[in-house]
Amino acid sequence: MTVVDTSIADQPRYDCRDAYVETLAELAHEDHRIVGVVNDSVGSSKLNSFRKAFPDRLINVGIAEQDMVGVASGLANGGRIPFVSAASCFLTARALEQIKADVAYSNTNVKLCGMSPGVAYGELGPTHHSIEDIAWLRAISGMTIIVPADPVETAAALRWAAAVDGPVFIRVSRMSVPQVYPDSYTFEPGKAITMRAGNDVTLISNGTVLWRAMVAAEQLAAEGISARVLSMPSVKPLDVEAVVAAAEQTAGIVTAEESTIAGGLGGAVAETVVQHHPARVSILGIPEFAPTGSAGYLLDRYGLSPEGIADTARRLVS
Amino acid sequence: MSKAALSVEHTTMPLLGRLPAHSSRAEQVAHIAEAARQIRIQDLKLVYHAGAGHIGGDFSAIDILATLYGAVLEIGPETVADPERDRFILSKGHVAGALYTTLAAFGFLPITELATFLKPLSALNGHPNRTKVAGVEANTGPLGHGLPIAVGHALSAKLDVSLRRTYVLVGDGELQEGSNWEAMMAASQYQLDRLTVIVDRNRLQQGATTKETNDLDPLPEKAAAFGFAVVEVNGHDHGELLDVLSAVPFRPGKPTFVIAHTHKGHPVSFMSNNVAWHHKVPNPAEYQQAMTELETVGQPRLAVSPRLDKELR
Repeated sequence: MTVVDTSIADQPRYDCRDAYVETLAELAHEDHRIVGVVNDSVGSSKLNSFRKAFPDRLINVGIAEQDMVGVASGLANGGRIPFVSAASCFLTARALEQIKADVAYSNTNVKLCGMSPGVAYGELGPTHHSIEDIAWLRAISGMTIIVPADPVETAAALRWAAAVDGPVFIRVSRMSVPQVYPDSYTFEPGKAITMRAGNDVTLISNGTVLWRAMVAAEQLAAEGISARVLSMPSVKPLDVEAVVAAAEQTAGIVTAEESTIAGGLGGAVAETVVQHHPARVSILGIPEFAPTGSAGYLLDRYGLSPEGIADTARRLVS
Repeated sequence: MSKAALSVEHTTMPLLGRLPAHSSRAEQVAHIAEAARQIRIQDLKLVYHAGAGHIGGDFSAIDILATLYGAVLEIGPETVADPERDRFILSKGHVAGALYTTLAAFGFLPITELATFLKPLSALNGHPNRTKVAGVEANTGPLGHGLPIAVGHALSAKLDVSLRRTYVLVGDGELQEGSNWEAMMAASQYQLDRLTVIVDRNRLQQGATTKETNDLDPLPEKAAAFGFAVVEVNGHDHGELLDVLSAVPFRPGKPTFVIAHTHKGHPVSFMSNNVAWHHKVPNPAEYQQAMTELETVGQPRLAVSPRLDKELR
């Protein structure tokens, strides 16, 4: 069990794809209905070991995303539980209509796993960045959207998704992160997790940015600013109650995420606050087609470092 | 006669159901022909009284639908949720009216429910919805979706070592969508020989011929090059359709591609092969004439044979 503390930035880092493939293999052993579906993305989804263990149950349709999601819908019609694993940029952009019509509107039991989302591909540039995926899928009725923050949450979200009947989108981070949850963590949709109590300002985050928000809260605490940190893995459905409580009880909310500032977690929080308890909200994310740079550089550039998040929080409460 | 809003008075089609399994081929062909005739009459009433629909494409596809549900598919109202049922996926979802009428003719939904077609809150939307209508397998409407879904289902059957079959009906204009060709490559790669793609080859799309728009020919050669066993039939000949659709797989290891040569609006004289009738609604005089033709022909007259169709190329 890992206890969250001030040294989180110095703890070992993990690529969540490893937890993904390990969990998927466990689930496949437990339930014969589970299959993988890929667009040639065996290596980039780290599924080589899965293919070795279940050669018939890793369906590779080739570089063909529309077909990949349609095939997954058909597999679900036949009683299978397909886990579609593909780079999030191609999965969500190229197959968006299939996600809408064949998965969400048809209410098929398809799990969409967006690998290497956000700016994980760094220098490969905006064609390969997947910062729009959350906004696109949030607009689709019936879709559950989960952005896990560490390997424990990735595994827990997968287990939950396998057990429920219906469409789920899970982002699987490539950019390494420390473990922020205890091993006993279980995922619950529509629920925020209070990572740190506080009453001056609220930081709401998920995915690769959550640990950075936690470090930011430590920095703020040293200055006497008490920051509440809410982990919000479930972007849809959102924990409306926790957001409204933050709006009521603290001076403002900072959202921080590895996605576009339009329509992502920040958008979801802002929509909620405006309708239930108007409050000051600052949205941190990627506001443009990013220039060339590593993933870490880009997060820093857009204020998604601990220092950047703390700065925004300071401005909000001052 | 004057046009009235769609109501239960306009749902007078008899419940046709399936013939016993031991019926002769001649009995089956006659049954399909009568089913197709009744489905067309009912579909004409739906479109006329609802004031909307895609009658051209409906009439192009009804002989194929009647053949599948009347004598080919191992599926019925009592086995609609059986995991081992055959699957039929209507990819050209805009002919939902034809599908609903066919499903009603074979007992999947009450014939009187057709009176709700396109009305507020009806389950019978302009495009089919699997969560609302028994017998619908996929929510189609946007084109190029059904074939990938069919490939996925055929893959599930192969994984299950099941003999259940998958049929998907696509429009020919729809084949301009690239997703179909992605799916055809996968079907061939996975040797899905219990998958049958039926192309409603009426050569007309929304506003023009396929040839004028984005020509698909040589379609048989293209499908063969993508690894399919290709068969061409007269899509209005119930005997040909029955023989071909019952006989799959034609080649072990290969999926089947049936090019069904059809005419939009068939067999109504002024609708047949006329691009204007993609989604036109007949006026009272046109309705009366179409109804008279459908009621008096007995067996639908064939407006075109495949041979003639080839000559038109």
